[in-house]
Amino acid sequence: MNRLRAALRTAFERLEVLLDAAFPPAWNPLYHLGGLGFFFYWIVAVSGVYLFIFFDTGITAAFASVERLTHDQWYAGGVMRSLHRYASDGMVVVMVLHLVREFSLDRYRGARWFTWVTGVPILWLVFLSGITGYWLVWDTLAQYVAVVSTEWLDRLPIFGLSIARNFLSSATLDDRFFTLMIFLHIALPLVLLLVLWIHLQRVKRPEINPARGLAAGMFLTMLALSLVKPATSHGPADLGAVPADLGLDWFYLGLYPLFESWPGVASWGMVLVLTLILVALPWLPPFRAAPAAVVDLANCNGCTRCALDCPYEAIQMMRRSDGRPFEAEAVVDPDRCVRCGICAGACPTSMPFRRASALIPGIDLPELTVATLRERVDAAGAELRAARRAGAPQVMLFGCHPGIDVTALRNEAVGAVSLACIGQLPPSFIDYVLSRDLADGVALTGCAEGECRHRFGIDWTEARLEGRRDPHLRKRVPRERLETIWVGRPETGRLRDALDAFLARLGEVEAPKALRRAAVPPSRQLEAGADHG
Amino acid sequence: MARPLAWLGQGAVYGLLALGIGYCSSNPDLTRFPPDMALVRLSFAHGAERREPCRTRSPEELRELPPNMRRPQACSRERLPVLVELELDGEVLYRASLEPTGLARDGPSRVYERFRVPAGRHQLTARLRDSRRAEGFDYERQVDVDLRPRQSLAIDFRSETGGFVVR
Repeated sequence: MNRLRAALRTAFERLEVLLDAAFPPAWNPLYHLGGLGFFFYWIVAVSGVYLFIFFDTGITAAFASVERLTHDQWYAGGVMRSLHRYASDGMVVVMVLHLVREFSLDRYRGARWFTWVTGVPILWLVFLSGITGYWLVWDTLAQYVAVVSTEWLDRLPIFGLSIARNFLSSATLDDRFFTLMIFLHIALPLVLLLVLWIHLQRVKRPEINPARGLAAGMFLTMLALSLVKPATSHGPADLGAVPADLGLDWFYLGLYPLFESWPGVASWGMVLVLTLILVALPWLPPFRAAPAAVVDLANCNGCTRCALDCPYEAIQMMRRSDGRPFEAEAVVDPDRCVRCGICAGACPTSMPFRRASALIPGIDLPELTVATLRERVDAAGAELRAARRAGAPQVMLFGCHPGIDVTALRNEAVGAVSLACIGQLPPSFIDYVLSRDLADGVALTGCAEGECRHRFGIDWTEARLEGRRDPHLRKRVPRERLETIWVGRPETGRLRDALDAFLARLGEVEAPKALRRAAVPPSRQLEAGADHG
Repeated sequence: MARPLAWLGQGAVYGLLALGIGYCSSNPDLTRFPPDMALVRLSFAHGAERREPCRTRSPEELRELPPNMRRPQACSRERLPVLVELELDGEVLYRASLEPTGLARDGPSRVYERFRVPAGRHQLTARLRDSRRAEGFDYERQVDVDLRPRQSLAIDFRSETGGFVVR
């Protein structure tokens, strides 16, 4: 399983780097597959409403009404029909890519099981919605879909009477069954919307609208395809003849040849086993999660920053339980916590300058505490300075576990510390490194821009550095000594180049006055850092 | 990447997506039925006679029953299986004893079977037994058909219209 995941991850990362070269981060389709799924859904919904206005629901008149839409008003109904089909196909493409990508990134286990498992019925609902749609056209493809679907359903020993009998001949064709299909084709997408809402319950600020540029690109693509290759019907359904040569929509009907030829046990078994495997995947094998973030009430003043920054709604602000004069306290739900540490990065008590008391912030990751982080920074700084040569600047590089292994880049000019997520880094650590003269500059890296493994690590870090989000990076920190380099895992070369360029720039920077405080005794530095909290 | 090249790259990605969706939404064609064959479908849902014959209740028995349940006949629920046989040009295509459906085995027996047969002239014979008789059949229909290539012929059974219906 690990090897499969790693192989898929490598493939996706290479593709992402390739697309990053062409798209701005906000437009890279691979970073916005979920949002694109929603976008296609709305195209399908709007075009579907238009088609339904002109669609004749009688089984004998349905085909003729679709033909009129397609040919007599090709410029509107025809385009809408094509958009309806191609956006539906697009939805399957982005849905499957989304599923495989989340699997490859290991974002389906542990706290994320709920989002993964609620995604499984979405697969069924999307396919069922599409299949019932093909039924409505009532051409020979619809006849094939109707006959194979009902014969396949009949293989389940739960129906008293054969459903396929409805399609035995024109005489047995039941208009009410067709009405049921229309109802299902409208009801299933509505249920799908409900399940999508449930799917996103554990995701803070889910992306349900892709960036306008990406949405425009996708819409124009679908529109162009609709004009170049309009969706058309097969011949009218004729139950007295076998639909033989069919142009299948392989996105929706790809399994139909198997349903038709395999015995019921095999075909139903395959579908049910695949579904069960997907549902059980988060526990195959069980995820051994590190301990969740913990709150230290003695240091928590209920400021809410951790709850606001948590990307997974894992932190709730509850009424104070320890009698201290604050309104609320942070409470972590371990089932939702993905151990990204962004909460620790948001906590104003994550203050490396603190020496008088133990460095225990209001919220922290047990596996990589802020105190441990400071120890590693101190050690990396000491190592760097021991190798210092006159005129050769040095950089402290902070990275994250899901990104490039920054510790492998250590050398006499680069010290490196890796975090669970770059969002775990409290901005005061940058001040700490520079004011303690542990390095001449600080570089932050993590995931590729627009694709933080923990969703908001890069966004929050940028906002904290720019003073748009608490805790801010202090103004005294010289910005010319700070660099952010957002690159994907396969882009180690780009990271090295960016570091070299940064080091070269640092060599030209004159040490600002603020840095001269490095010579100030530690007791006075403690006072200087106290205004963070 | 220089801006014009980036736009070109985006165009290429969108173009590939359109190409993939446009192609796979109706290609490659699926040819699922040979051009020289025809299809015969046999399907019906029919309840056979009850396994035990109905018995007429005596006046004493009727008196003991609540007024709303005083039906003159006492019948068991379980039905007999339906025996069905389909022959093509004297060769047995299908022969099965179809058990009644339902937990109490009181529902109709049902069948839905497909047979690929060569197109052309054939003699089809369908037979059905739904009674307690040990030999022979209660219904039989023989038809001469000229099946067109890829024709779908349906054989239904409706006891109320006299037996097998060929469409």
